[in-house]
Formats: sequence, C-alpha cells, structure tokens
Amino acid sequence: MLWDLHCHLSGIDGDTPDLRMANLIRFADRMGIERVVVFMGYPFATDPTAEELRVQNDQVLQALSHWHDRAFGFAYVSPKHVDASLAEIDRCIRNGPLVGIKLWVAGHCSDTAVDAIVQRCAELQGVIFQHTWNKANGNLPGESTAEDMAVLAARHPATPLICGHTGGDWELGIRAIRAHLNVSIDLGGSDPTAGIVEMAVRELGAERIIFGSDAPGRSFASQLAKVNSADISSESRSLILGGNLKRLLLPILRAKGIA
Amino acid sequence: MIDTNVYLSHWPFRRLPLDETDALVAKLRAAGIAQAWAGSFDGLLHKDVTAVNARLADECARHADLLLPFGAINLALPDWQGDVRRCRESHGMHGIRLHPNYHGYRLDDPRFGELLTLAGQHRLIVQVVVRMEDDRTQHPLVRVPGVDLTNLANVLAAQPQVQVQLLNSGRDVTPTLLRELAELPNVWLDFAMTEGVGGVAQLAGDFHMDRVLLGTYAPFFPVESSLLKLDESELGHTLRDRFTRKNAEQLTRLAGKKPGQ
Ligand SMILES: [Zn+2]
Repeated sequence: MLWDLHCHLSGIDGDTPDLRMANLIRFADRMGIERVVVFMGYPFATDPTAEELRVQNDQVLQALSHWHDRAFGFAYVSPKHVDASLAEIDRCIRNGPLVGIKLWVAGHCSDTAVDAIVQRCAELQGVIFQHTWNKANGNLPGESTAEDMAVLAARHPATPLICGHTGGDWELGIRAIRAHLNVSIDLGGSDPTAGIVEMAVRELGAERIIFGSDAPGRSFASQLAKVNSADISSESRSLILGGNLKRLLLPILRAKGIA
Repeated sequence: MIDTNVYLSHWPFRRLPLDETDALVAKLRAAGIAQAWAGSFDGLLHKDVTAVNARLADECARHADLLLPFGAINLALPDWQGDVRRCRESHGMHGIRLHPNYHGYRLDDPRFGELLTLAGQHRLIVQVVVRMEDDRTQHPLVRVPGVDLTNLANVLAAQPQVQVQLLNSGRDVTPTLLRELAELPNVWLDFAMTEGVGGVAQLAGDFHMDRVLLGTYAPFFPVESSLLKLDESELGHTLRDRFTRKNAEQLTRLAGKKPGQ
C-alpha cells in the first residue's frame, strides 16, 4: 500500500482541475502511488479571502470528481475567516466528499482562533493537517512553526493532528512535537536529507509518521526516497507509506460509508 | 551508471547514515553505480585543504574501481594554485570541486577566472557546487546562500577550453538562465536538487539533453532520490543511458583532451 498524504493542484500543467488531476495521477502511477490526498487549488493563496477558500475547495471537489477511487481531499480553511471556514467544513466535509482540513500560513496555529475550526473538524472525525516550517531565514507573518503546533496539540490532547513538513527543519520539528502523542508528522516538502525517517522512528515511533510528498512542487521521487532508503523495519515502512494514513482516515471514511 | 556527485567524510552539522566510505561504497555498488565522482565534506571548512585532498585521494584509492577523487580548491587560501597542481600531478585527479559560497567569492572574481585557466591547462573538470542545503534549514550561525549565478554565462563564455559542471543547482537555475547556459559548449548540470514531478525531463528540455548528468549527492541525500527521479520522468532507454552514463563519459573525454587536440 502506497498512499500520499500531501499533494496539490498548483504547480502542474493543465487548464482545468480535471486536467491537472489527470497529470498528477500520471506521475503518481509512474511511482506506484495508489492514493493521493489533494488540498488547495490554484494559484496558491497564502492568505485567502472567504471567497477564495470556496473557489479553491471547488477546484479540489472538481478534481476529485472523477478520481474517487484514487484520491481523497481536504478542505482549505483559515483562522482569519472562522465562520467561512466552519461553513466550508459543513459544505465540503459534512455534506460533501472531503475528509479533512488543511491549515496553511494565514495565521499561527498557536492562536486560539483555530480552536473552533479544529473542534468542528474533529467532531466530524476529519483529519487535521497544519503546515509548519521552522525557517532559518524567517517565517511568513502567519506561518506556524513546529513549536506552534505543540501549543495547539496541548490544547487539544485528544484530537489527532498532523504536523505538516515536520517543521521543515526536521531535527527541530521532531523534537518540538515529540512529547505530544496526538501529533503525527508529514514527511513531505523538504529536501530528501538522509536520516529524517530514522530519527523520526527513533523519537516518535513509526506509528506517528506519514509519507507525504508535497507534489507536484516536489518530486514524488525525492520524497519517496526518504522512506525507501531508511534503515527501518519493513513493518515500520508499511505503516509510514500508507498504514498510518489509512488508520487516521478510517473513522471518517466509515462515517461516510466509504470504507 | 556514473554518479557525478558524492561526498566522503563527515557533513559538519549532522551524522549521515552512509558517511563512512565503506558503507557508501557498498550502497553505491548495490544501486548499480559503476563510477562515482567524490569530493570531501572537509573541503567546505578545513583550511589544510592539501591534507583534505590527500586523504580523499587515499580513501578513493581503496576503492579505485568505483571512486574518482575530485579535490577541493579554496580560492581564499594562499597558494591555492599549488593545490590545483597537486590534484593533477600528485593524485592524478580528473577534476576538482569548488564551493564558492563557503569560501567567500563570487563567480566574477578574477581568481575564479584564473582557476578556470589553470584547470584547463591541467585538463581538470571543474565542478561548482551551487549549494549544500536548503537556506531554510541551515545552522543559524552558518547561513550560506547559494552561489550567485548571475555572471556565470559571461565568465564561462570567455573560457571555452574548460569543462564546468554545476552540482546541486536545481533550485537556483531559472529557465532563462538554463537557456543561456545551453548556448555554451562547456556547461554541464546534475539533477540531485532538481525538484517537481517529472523534473529531470523538464530540466533536459529547458537545458540540454547531452549535458545533464546523474548526481545523487549521496550520502547527504539518499542514492534513491536521483535514481527514482529517472523513473518518475518519462525517459526512453536512450535518454536514460545518456543521463546516467554517456554524458559523463563525454564530459570526461572533452576535459581530458590536450589543448588543440
Ligand atoms: Zn504543500
């Protein structure tokens, strides 16, 4: 089983969501990736308006419409627009096919403005993915670090959360969230520096590590290499490459009658 | 296959899973690499580069059927010219590897021009490493930006007798720069840091099919990263063979020619 937690529609050729999705799947097929999770539309919007959230989620809904056997989608939401985000969760997850949310860089996840969004998604058993990066050259104004993720995790200790990019600087990110057992990490979207998966298995255990690529901006290949090359057990590898993501998705898939 | 981008010794900021030569060699062989061009991580920060290169040559000699040493040259050090000469004459090297950003000079620096001339005379391939890691993940006290490639095309156009390969240039080359560089006969690239789905085919299209070379940047990156990129792009057998072997052989041939040959 090879499932990818982290893909986008921006950064690949195609005039429509359908064409972009078909292109993405073409490359996923070449890498043996069976299922992809897609979130956010195009062009990338770092601080989207309520209307932009709707448009981007519509693009994802359209992209998924022919690929329900290969792809899942998360709704793009923002703590800058809590009411609109709650409405998007209802529209796309409760009443639609999406199975989680993506929080990006509009506002820090340590801010309590995120709480209502996290709670609503958790009630629906949706997966919660928060981008994090610890950048040596400075974060965007609203961009969360892995330490921000730890603050959010402490406020919601019973809610599974995903720390996107493992904080980018993974030696910091793994440390920042390791005490918070409700947090899993996304391996995608950083250079394939050797040793990331070994450190993560050592500090978090394989059950808290999820393969994601951040394709098409990243290569499926470079990101997959992080896991394929790691000196870990085959049981750990299969958890990371799909088992853990499936386990996180199962409650909402069951609730939707999909599983 | 020929891997044009590997390193021996230890990355200063992290132990890497394969940073002992025997382990790296075993991995490269298992992956089907028949020849690997090896620099030394010690070349980044050590001042006694002469000793760095002697150790590199010794280490490669223990696996002479696989590893070719590419000596470090630091243009900020006194008598770097002596190191160039020793790389060729004492160690019989085929090339040298430069880290301009770690050594504090730009590519329009006259010393770089002098180095190119000298390398041409010694028939050495010149590898310029554009970056070692993502700016965003660097040690807070050792933040080294990627090499500024602004004037590279002009500098290299003036020295057509020397063959220059950029390593780890993926995130630093724009399609415009690639088209400029493609016009020159003596510029080559690896794809260790080329990203995006289908990135290798994209790079070859933007640059030049005959001058793209396999580089894994092992052990900093896993060998699998660049090899899987070859599968991700839709390359026929012919192109794959060029990128993984033929182009590197051609670069070696061109660099080894005597002037006027
Ligand atoms: Zn992403």
